[in-house]
Amino acid sequence: MGIGFFACIAVLTVLAALLVVLHPDPVYSALGLISVMCLLAVLFVSLEAHVLAAFQIIVYAGAVMVLFLFVVMLLGQSLAGGSWAAAPGLWIAGGGAAAAFGTALASVVLGARALGGGLGPPAKGFGSAEMLAGELFTTHLLSFELTSVLLLIAVVGAVVLAKERFEPRAPVRNPGVGDPGGAMSA
Amino acid sequence: MTPIAYYVGLGIVLFAIGAIGVLVRRNVIVMFMAVELMLNAVNLVFVAYARALGSMTGQLMVLFVITVAAAEAAVGLAIILAVARNRHTVFADENTLLRW
Repeated sequence: MGIGFFACIAVLTVLAALLVVLHPDPVYSALGLISVMCLLAVLFVSLEAHVLAAFQIIVYAGAVMVLFLFVVMLLGQSLAGGSWAAAPGLWIAGGGAAAAFGTALASVVLGARALGGGLGPPAKGFGSAEMLAGELFTTHLLSFELTSVLLLIAVVGAVVLAKERFEPRAPVRNPGVGDPGGAMSA
Repeated sequence: MTPIAYYVGLGIVLFAIGAIGVLVRRNVIVMFMAVELMLNAVNLVFVAYARALGSMTGQLMVLFVITVAAAEAAVGLAIILAVARNRHTVFADENTLLRW
């Protein structure tokens, strides 16, 4: 992939990322994030990570972002209003973060030669589903299984959180059970 | 071919935008999206180094990050919904029950 193509994708990605953070309407933020994910999938392909590019589109741009849009849709009206930090400390922290990452970026740009020049041709089959699965189901089998447990816990947790009412508990009036006075009067 | 440093630089820029977004936005949904942006930036750097070092471990790490992000999104959005339903706000500044 040429430098020009990379530059185009990079500029579009940064613009989409800025849209995520700067737009007051969360729906546009979500659209910006979907753009970022699709553009990153393009970069993954350029880095020979074909399977991951597919996962990026299916899982991130597909499933996760649809979840986000569902929540935005469900909340609707309550999203309106000012959504910028009021405390000046947070803006100072944001400026500090910008300075820190600017320094990191400058060090990467200045030390670009030390990080290595252009990438050579990839090894045969690098990034293929076969190679990914070969390593996933041998070296990292335990992590893979633990991931399934994690997903199960997340599903159960999400269902419980979505069902729970969290209302302050009113004393339950249930004459006859643990309330001899009530049972007596009834 | 594009040098690896360009990918790392792009990853840093995306991570910075995400981090600043978490700090300066108070809408929890947008803050959550900024967190996802940071995860994506890290994924890009993982994939770039996997390519540069010729090792699949970086790509596997990205696979796990994607999985954990999906789980995190499911639970996090459920929490946001529960808070919005009970306190009628999605702004971090207005949920001050635990603040001293």
